[in-house]
Amino acid sequence: MMIEAENLTRYYGPTRAVYNLNFHVDKGEIVGFLGPNGAGKTTTMRMLTGFLPASDGTARVAGFDVFFDSIEVRRRVGYMPETVPLYPEMTVQAYLDYMAALRRLPKRRQAVDRALEACGVGDHAGVTIAKLSKGYRQRVGLAQAILHEPEVLILDEPTIGLDPRQVTEVRALVREIGREHTIILSSHILPEVSQTCGRVLIINKGEIIAEGTAEELTAQLQGAERVLVRVADAGPQVAPLLQRVDGVLGVEPAEDGGSYLVSCNKGSDRRAELARAVVGQGWGLLELRSVGMSLEDIFLQLTTEEVHGEPSAEERGEPATVEENEREGGQDA
Amino acid sequence: MHNVWTIARRELYAYFGSPIAYVTMAAFLAMMGLLFWLLIVYTQQATMNFILGSGWTSFFLILYAAVVTMRLLAEEQRSGTLELVLTAPVRDWEMVVGKYLAGLLLFLAMIVVSLYQPLVLVRLGNPDLGAAASGYLGFFLAGAAFLAIGTLTSTLTRNQVVAAILAIAIGVALWLVQFVGDRSAGTLVGDFLTRLGFFTHYFDFLDGIIDTQHVVYYLSLVAVSLFLATRVLEARRWR
Repeated sequence: MMIEAENLTRYYGPTRAVYNLNFHVDKGEIVGFLGPNGAGKTTTMRMLTGFLPASDGTARVAGFDVFFDSIEVRRRVGYMPETVPLYPEMTVQAYLDYMAALRRLPKRRQAVDRALEACGVGDHAGVTIAKLSKGYRQRVGLAQAILHEPEVLILDEPTIGLDPRQVTEVRALVREIGREHTIILSSHILPEVSQTCGRVLIINKGEIIAEGTAEELTAQLQGAERVLVRVADAGPQVAPLLQRVDGVLGVEPAEDGGSYLVSCNKGSDRRAELARAVVGQGWGLLELRSVGMSLEDIFLQLTTEEVHGEPSAEERGEPATVEENEREGGQDA
Repeated sequence: MHNVWTIARRELYAYFGSPIAYVTMAAFLAMMGLLFWLLIVYTQQATMNFILGSGWTSFFLILYAAVVTMRLLAEEQRSGTLELVLTAPVRDWEMVVGKYLAGLLLFLAMIVVSLYQPLVLVRLGNPDLGAAASGYLGFFLAGAAFLAIGTLTSTLTRNQVVAAILAIAIGVALWLVQFVGDRSAGTLVGDFLTRLGFFTHYFDFLDGIIDTQHVVYYLSLVAVSLFLATRVLEARRWR
């Protein structure tokens, strides 16, 4: 197991940024942190890189504790922060050479050339960073993160602020690198993680609220309407009865024993039928309500944010690019 | 030490890639050159004491150290590059010492350039070169201490101007505390303040006396400042 987090918690003063995160990432996996801005993604990543200590809980990277063996962890992690901080007065080559020297790479020249090549900035090696476009800076940030061929790559919003063509290129690059490395990347855009990541953790308000492959999550998010049914004197017969009601997909007992979570087809309100079924048996129906679809809310927020954030092709008056089609495909999947 | 040198080298590169190195060096050398002209024309003494011991030189040294060091860590904090360096396998103290070393080397370069003055004096008269050498040692140690204080204030804020003002304030306070002490000389507090005073420890060097207690004073200031700077850098994690 490459990354393990146990009860990872972080407060900034009284503000809780991350609470009780538990997750693990296996070798070779690409895992996405998906969540709205301010959900705690960056804080979690900073804790994994050893830049910030956790207020509570532990994390291990490649078997090393991020707090107690911080230097060992840092040797094995490549990190690209969200803002991609670079030294504007240096050339790309000089900057990468500096980072390689700090990492004490034995064959610095080769490492720098390889990273330049892999990130497609070879022809800009002699350019001063201040003169680079946003897209190229992003690539330099990525090149810096893969210089030492780290076991784990942590990328904070790697495609933020890029134009659609650059986004496609950076995603392809991440997938390419992901063949040999374990990667965590964060995003507030669902299609991005569904395209690049094998597994997604949805984080909101510092907590993991859902986890799974992009397909699983999408099914979970879009598939069903859920109704909570609480029955007095509930017995083992209740679940099968509810299951038999028309349009019901599944029934699972809720935590407190007396109630059940019933999932129905999307868009169909089965509350009347459920009530009839329960009362028809002579059982006491104590409660019946639609369960708030927090996941769906967030899903909507995540998918609509992209529309707000980047104008669609139609709005810009341009024909839709391949990238936009891909993105929409991702939303539908 | 490898990382310290790597960081210092990049910092020197940045110094000479921006106007800071040239402007500060030119200003200081111009000021010293003016004093040198006064020395030759008016006093006609072949001694460096007039220049190294001048209040102007002391004041310029404080300003110079503050300006040279203000960007060291403040800029890395502001631009976020600190996050990249400190998520590489670099220890906090290596960062502080590497930055400080760059400032120190820049200062040393300026001293080397200013050495034309004693050389001119040798042509014109018969200066006491031993006293000049120990005078320059004192000048270097005093500068080293101010640069360390500037490095410390640069870790405290991400704003370079604030860092510089803090460094100047601390430098001037250390300078003036000596005069407060002199007013009540003989009392415990008075003597303590005099000894705490920055330039109390300076003038023996100009007379050719290298006293251990003075050397220890300046080196302690360097050590304490860099230690505190490292602690401040570590403490950012807990904020």
